[in-house]
Formats: sequence, structure tokens, C-alpha cells
Amino acid sequence: MSLELKNVEKKIGIETHIYSTNLKLEKNTINILLGSTLAGKTTLMQIMAGLDKPTSGEIWFDGENVTGKEVQKRNCSMVYQQFINYPNFTVFENIASPLKITGVKPDEIKERVGKVAELLKLSAMLNKKPDELSGGQQQRTALARALVKDSDLILLDEPLANLDFKLREELREELPKLFEDRDCIVVYATTEPLDALMIGGNTATLLEGRVIQYGETLNVYNKPENLISAKVFSDPPMNIAEISKNGEMFKLKDNNVQWKSNVKIKDGNYKIGIRPHNITTYKEGNNSVEINGKVLISELSGSESLIHFTNGKLNWVSLSNGIQQKNIGENTKLFMNVDEFLYFDTNNRLVING
Amino acid sequence: MAKITLKDLSHSYLTKQSNDADWALRGVNIDWKDGGAYALLGPSGCGKTTLLNIISGLLKPTEGEILFDDKNVTALNPVERDIAQIFQFPVIYDTMTVYDNLAFPLKNRGLSKTEIDSKVKEIGEMLELTSTLNNKAAGLTADGKQKISLGRGLVRSDVNVIMFDEPLTVIDPHLKWVLRSKLKELHQKINRTMIYVTHDQIEALTFADEVVVMHEGQIVQTGTPVELFEKPKHTFVGHFIGSPGMNILPCEIENGQINFEGKIIPNNTSIKKTNFSKTQLGIRPEFIKFSNDGIKVKIKRVSDTGRHKVIDTECSSGSIKILANSSTEIPSDSAHITFEQKYTYVYGDDWIIE
Amino acid sequence: MNKTYNQKAWFFVIPVFVLVAFNAVVPLMTVVNYSFQETFGSNVFAWEGTRWFKEILHSERFHASLGRQFIFTFIILLIQLPLGIAIALTMPKKGWGVPVCLILMSMPLLIPWNVVGAMWNIFALPEIGFLGNTLNSLGFDYNFTQQSGDAWFTTILMDVWHWTSLVVLLSYAGLNSIQPAYYQAAEIDGASRWDIFRYIELPKMKKVLTLAILLRFMDSFMIYTEPFVLTGGGPGNATNFLSLDLVKMALGQFDLGPAAAMSLIYFLIVLLICWIFYNLMMKDEGRT
Repeated sequence: MSLELKNVEKKIGIETHIYSTNLKLEKNTINILLGSTLAGKTTLMQIMAGLDKPTSGEIWFDGENVTGKEVQKRNCSMVYQQFINYPNFTVFENIASPLKITGVKPDEIKERVGKVAELLKLSAMLNKKPDELSGGQQQRTALARALVKDSDLILLDEPLANLDFKLREELREELPKLFEDRDCIVVYATTEPLDALMIGGNTATLLEGRVIQYGETLNVYNKPENLISAKVFSDPPMNIAEISKNGEMFKLKDNNVQWKSNVKIKDGNYKIGIRPHNITTYKEGNNSVEINGKVLISELSGSESLIHFTNGKLNWVSLSNGIQQKNIGENTKLFMNVDEFLYFDTNNRLVING
Repeated sequence: MAKITLKDLSHSYLTKQSNDADWALRGVNIDWKDGGAYALLGPSGCGKTTLLNIISGLLKPTEGEILFDDKNVTALNPVERDIAQIFQFPVIYDTMTVYDNLAFPLKNRGLSKTEIDSKVKEIGEMLELTSTLNNKAAGLTADGKQKISLGRGLVRSDVNVIMFDEPLTVIDPHLKWVLRSKLKELHQKINRTMIYVTHDQIEALTFADEVVVMHEGQIVQTGTPVELFEKPKHTFVGHFIGSPGMNILPCEIENGQINFEGKIIPNNTSIKKTNFSKTQLGIRPEFIKFSNDGIKVKIKRVSDTGRHKVIDTECSSGSIKILANSSTEIPSDSAHITFEQKYTYVYGDDWIIE
Repeated sequence: MNKTYNQKAWFFVIPVFVLVAFNAVVPLMTVVNYSFQETFGSNVFAWEGTRWFKEILHSERFHASLGRQFIFTFIILLIQLPLGIAIALTMPKKGWGVPVCLILMSMPLLIPWNVVGAMWNIFALPEIGFLGNTLNSLGFDYNFTQQSGDAWFTTILMDVWHWTSLVVLLSYAGLNSIQPAYYQAAEIDGASRWDIFRYIELPKMKKVLTLAILLRFMDSFMIYTEPFVLTGGGPGNATNFLSLDLVKMALGQFDLGPAAAMSLIYFLIVLLICWIFYNLMMKDEGRT
């Protein structure tokens, strides 16, 4: 069982919202659509569900062409960013609603709802109405309703975006466990790279209506095909600089920082991408190069410190462990881990990493 | 500028209170120095906005007193207390220009035209609004409008305290850090007491010298970001700060020692009292290491976030999360772990035992 | 998003279609038809072209009743808008006072319009009406059936009593949608009550007030039932507003042609002013 998009394109008037896309999602996989707000994730998901028709191209599910099929006839369920529940139904009735519509017997409904409710820790709330629940519990109800149907395709459109930071962490942890043993295809849209990394599975990076890269999550993260895919899959944003290579010596174009490396690429001009956690206030890795920075601010997030700094024209972010409070305007020494640099040629394609 | 003292402050929105849950704030005592940057951190519903409104005078407390510089201001209204407040969404006078918006509070206080002009220009420059001074305020972006709100508080030289009520709520995520650094910069420049209310630990820990963590109407811990991270005094603080939060697991106290999973855990506390209804062990994921000996755990899941690995493990007392370097070798099935003695804490009835 | 196209929905629309066609479209077309013709009774018609339109537009009688109408509407708007806003400002926002005030305000709007006219007719009678009697005993020489000034006074008073509540309810809704933070910020800024009204409340009520002006303009410009029952257009022609005059012409004199032409001109004037208002409203939408 697989979901395949063949040359799917979506145009509204003269604007192209989705450029010709080819994607094959296999059974029992979690597939993450990663991209910024207007990248086209929601449009793509609506086409997959059947809520919207592509302007051209086909959708094949389980070897059958379902392009024209209405969403009611496809076996899929969807969870949204806003906690969508029937306000007048109790939690039990909410979860049971898709089963009731298809005429499942009351005994079976009770059993299936009970199972899913336990999975999502809602067993104690079955008699409450959505407005009596907290945000996290409402979203769990929506999730339970999507799961109870045992659909072949489950679509989640930024389901954690409206939750408090801690609740997001909790629910994000539970998600992969919910989808084990379910023989379905899960598609999860998000703007946060951390979601993709924590959930695993496969990731497709999207930008402005195009799927830039699709593959196993860690693969897309460590070996981005091009600069765009690398940028989409970085939070905090990736630091980018132009460099030139001459023999073993590499030098940043805009200042005097230079280092030696055995990386096997031709001499010439390149761009490097450095993820913030590869620039730290302490030495890490076997090959590190120093860079001076004037601190713009240090943001502390519990266990880590994000230091925004400038060096000449460069405006970069570094991520170090521990709590490092720096004063604004302070000059500080930072270390870049050369082994983790990503090298891109002048066409923004990945040349080599590390 | 003022030193702020809160004495035995309690507040309820109901006219009659029958139990703890009827109180939004219970027995709050705070001593804040002049000119400091403070944050009130807590989840939705913990009472932080109530506390802020009591300090600013928009709400009169059911019980307790507020003192500015040792003077009792409990009965005074906001204007008489000389405070400024910035709200969750930008509050500006749509029909006025940016200049008139900033001048408004000064006009109402009867300052002369020349005085107003110099003050407005000064603050306009500080907030980088000079080029837009003559534009209609309604035409600015969300962060521009929040700056105007902030400006109206800063123009008044008689302001004792500036209060922020989750001011970055409407700001675009990728612009938040710009405004955060602006606020921090401002505080360093003008040195006035600032109180910042939020549920986002990054905002609180970055902005404040001292953070007040609140939970269900009470202050749970007050301290610097480092203190809150390294030694949480309450299990809630351990859980709320840090991503992922502290591991909190049930343990036994025997002969003044911690007994966890049948092993004695070395720690730096001398435990004298033993009559608690529950005792728990607290250790942050960052301070757990793999070893040849120690607590036996089963490895359930490993997530690679690029900058570190999050390892979900399970033992008979519950699940334990471990944060390890990306390069660390993770055993595949089961392993032994040890806790860093310095950061191992024990909690009785949720409060730290020292 | 492309929803699936459901043809069955058209069947639900057909009854409404038929009703509207019968009650609105057909009569309107009939009027247009009459406006270009002369009738001699017994359904005999002769084509007159644009004669009626030219006559009406040059007629003094038309100018007079149009003038009266504009003055009336202007005075009504001048009184009802500030009065309505002022009342809305004093209404409570919470507590048991809210439903009480809302009910009191809604009551005048629910009374059938001819009953309103009849009520005020009796109320204002110089000898036995409460208003009439009181005014006369206070020394005023009040008689709305004989003095034009008094007739205007009474008609305006009646309309204010009848319709100000609409402005009140709309303004109240507008005021209630202002978040408390604005008032709090103004309090902190040291703003006076007038400043709060001018810089916060009025701008935030703009949309609602535009609606109120539009509705009140249309209704007062087309006013018929109440003044008809109250004064019948008198004394003489004093309160002979546009629609009153129109009906007199059409039904009284049975000059269908001129009456039809006049009603079309009337219709076009209202349409024009509404279009101007609509564009003003939409212009502001575009700017924000």
C-alpha cells in the first residue's frame, strides 16, 4: 500500500501553488513535510486527502487512481492546528463520530473508543465537553478521533503549533508510539526542524511550492542536496558564508579567518553552511577554528545558549551547551567545528560534507 | 525608579472562597531591587497576569500590600503609581501619527511643547522609529506597533516600573529575537525596573537577571537562570525549565540515603526528615552518563537532533531521558547509567530536601 | 478549494426565485413601464417617452418635497447619531443591567410603524394628549395639526423615539468589542474621558457607525407610515415628505405616469447615496 503523487501541480489563477511534484510514500511510514508557513504544505496535504483537486497530475493509492475521488470515499483522517472538535459532543461522542457515521455497532464503538482513549490518556475525560478541557487535551481528542477510524492515511497539519512549549514536547514524544502497529501512512506537516528530528521517519523539505528533497530524515539533515534544503532544515537558521579554497587553505571571503582542511574539492569559490551548534564558546571536535564575535544578545533556553554575534559583515548565531550569559557588545571568542561544515558550489549544490 | 515589595498578596476573582482553587494568587511575597530586570514565568493560568495587574494598579488585591520604595501604594491607581504597561497585542491610537502617540502621555501631564519634542525624538531614536515619526501609527507592522507601545512608557521620565505582559505574542517567530535583544539593550541603557510576564522560558531566562517561577497561584522559586537550571527547588521548576525537563522519579529514603531501583544513589544532601507522603529523585538528562555499573535501564528510543541525542530509557520506576553528545556510542538494548552526584537531588512532597 | 458540485441545491432555490420574481422584479418592471406612458384609466396607455421624467425634474412640487425630505433626514441624523452614541456609552457592560437596558432599547423598534404613528397622534393632541396638554399648560402655543413648526417638531420627536435605539444597539455592540487593554493603556497614559472617546472609542466604532448612518439614512429618506398616520402630510404641505407626495400623486390623482417616474428618480437618488457610502466604507477596508 503506497500513496503516490505523479506530476501533481496546483495552480490558482496564474499563481502556481504547487509545482510539478513526484512523491511516493510507503506503508507504515511517518512522512514529515517541513517548510515555512507559505511553502505549500497544507495545499499538498489537502490534495493528498482529496479535499482539493490538482490542476494536473494524478494521485495513486494502493495501485488505484484516486485523483477524482471525493474525500468522503477515501479512507483518510486529518488533524488540524486549531483543536477541531464538535463543541456539543462529549469527548466520547467526538471520538465515536466517524464510527457512528459508518454504522459500526455500539458495542464495538465502545471498545474501540476505549482503546484509543487510553492510548491518548483521555480515559478520565470521556464525559467532558471540549470547552472543559485544556488545549492539550482538546488536541488529543482530535487525534483520537483521527486514529479510531483505522484509516489508511492520517494527515496532521501542524497539530502542535498552538500548544504551550512543554505540552508540545510531551505530545511530540507520544506521536511515534501512537502510529506503531498501525499499517497506515502518516503525513505530518510542520515548520519546526526539531519536530522532524525527534519524530524520525522520512522528511520532505518544501519551499515556495516545491519539494526540494525527500528521504530519510537524518539523511536529508546531514546530506542536504542543496543550500535551500539545508536552510529549510535548520533551526536556528544556518550560518552561511562565502569562502575560497587554495590548496589546503580555506579562507572566509569577508575577513581573515582561515583554516586548514583535507576536504577533497577543487580549488575555487564556495559557500559554506555552518549549523549554529557547530559554533560554540568551547572547543569541540578535532579540527576547530577560532572566530571573534561581537555579541548582539545571548538567548538562554534552559539547557542551551544561543549567542547572536557579528563579525564584520557576518551576522551569525551560535549554540552552546549550558547557560552562557554574555553582555551586549561584549567581544567573545568562538570556535567553529570545521569537520561539520557543509560545502556548496556556486550553483548552491552540495559538494561534500565534512 | 522604585524598589518593589509585595507582602502576603492574595487575590481571588470570586467574592467567596471555599478552597485553594478559588484563589488566583496565594500568599505572594516578593522583594525586588531598584532597576532590575525581572521575569514572572509560568504556564497559562498560574496567576502571573493577575500579579502583574495588581502591581500596576489595574486590579486591587483581595489581601496584602504593595510598596514602592517602602511607600504603600495598594490604594493608588496606575496613573498615581507612575507605571507603564505593554500588553500582549499592540495598543496604539490608530488615528494619531507615531509622533503624537509617543507625545500623548506627556501632553496629558502638561509638559511644554519643547520638552515633549526633545523627549519624543530621543525615544524615537532609541527605538529606531525616527524615520516613521510622521506616519500614521496604524500603518506600521506588528513589531513597529509594539515599539510604539513601549515608547509611550519610556517617554515618561517619572516611570517607576515598566511591565510587559507577554509582549512578543503577536511578533513573527523569526523577528522575536530582534525585539528581545532590543528590550535587553534598553534595560542596560536606561536601568529602570522592568517586569516581564511570559510562559516562554527562553524569553524569561534571556531577559531577566532574576526569574520568579509561578505555579497555581504561588511562587515556586526565585533565582537567576543558572540557579533555576542547576538547582530547581521544586519539581515543577525542574520539569518546566530545560528541554527536555528534569527526570523526576519515585525513590525511597533509608537511613538518610536515597534508595532508587534497589541501589544507593550518592548525592550531596543530608536527609534528616523522613515523614513525606512522597519522595522523588530529580536528575536532569544532561547530567546522566552511561557506565559499566549503576542503574540498569532498557533503551527504548534514540532521537538524533543533530546537536545531541535524546535517549528514552525505561527502568522499573519509570522512564528516564538522557541527553548525550552526537558522537557518543549508544548501547542498543540495555545499559547502565550513573547520575552526576552534584546535580542529583531528592524532593519531599515536591520540595527539595537540602 | 474546489467543493464537489451539487446540482440538487438548485431545487431549494427555485421557490425563493419565484417569490422574489413575483413580489419584486415584476412590480419594478411594471413601474418602469408606467413611467414612460400616460394613462387615461381603464388600462389605456399611450407612449410618452421621457416626458414625465423631464416634468418631474423641473416641477416645483417635486423640488419642494425633495427639499423637505433632505432637511428632515439631515436633522434626524444630526440628532439620532450623537444621542444614540451617548446612550450607548452610559449603558452597563456587565451585570443584570445589561439585559434590562437591551430590552428597553429594543422595545420601540418592535412596535408596528402605523401603531407608532397612531400612538404619537393621540399623545400629541393639544387638548387631551399628554404631550400636547403639558406643553400648552406650560405656556407654549402647541398644535401640531395647525402649526407647521409644531408638526415638524412632533414628527422629529416621534422618529427619534422610534429609531434612536437602533443607533444605540449598534454603537453598544461596537463599544463592547473594544478590548479592555485599550482602556487600561489610556488610563496609564493619563488620558481624559474625552480623549478616550475621541482617540479610542470613536475610531473603533467607525465600521458600526457607518452601518448605522447608512441604515438611518435609507429609512428616514423613505419614511412614510409614521408621518402619514401622524400628520397626513399636513398641515397643508408642511410635512409632505417625498414618499407621502408620491403616494398622493399615484393613488390620489391616479397620475400613474408621473408617479412612476418620480418613484424611479427617488429610487435612483437613494441608490446613488448608498453607493457613495458603500465606497466610503470599502475604501477604509482597503487601507487597513
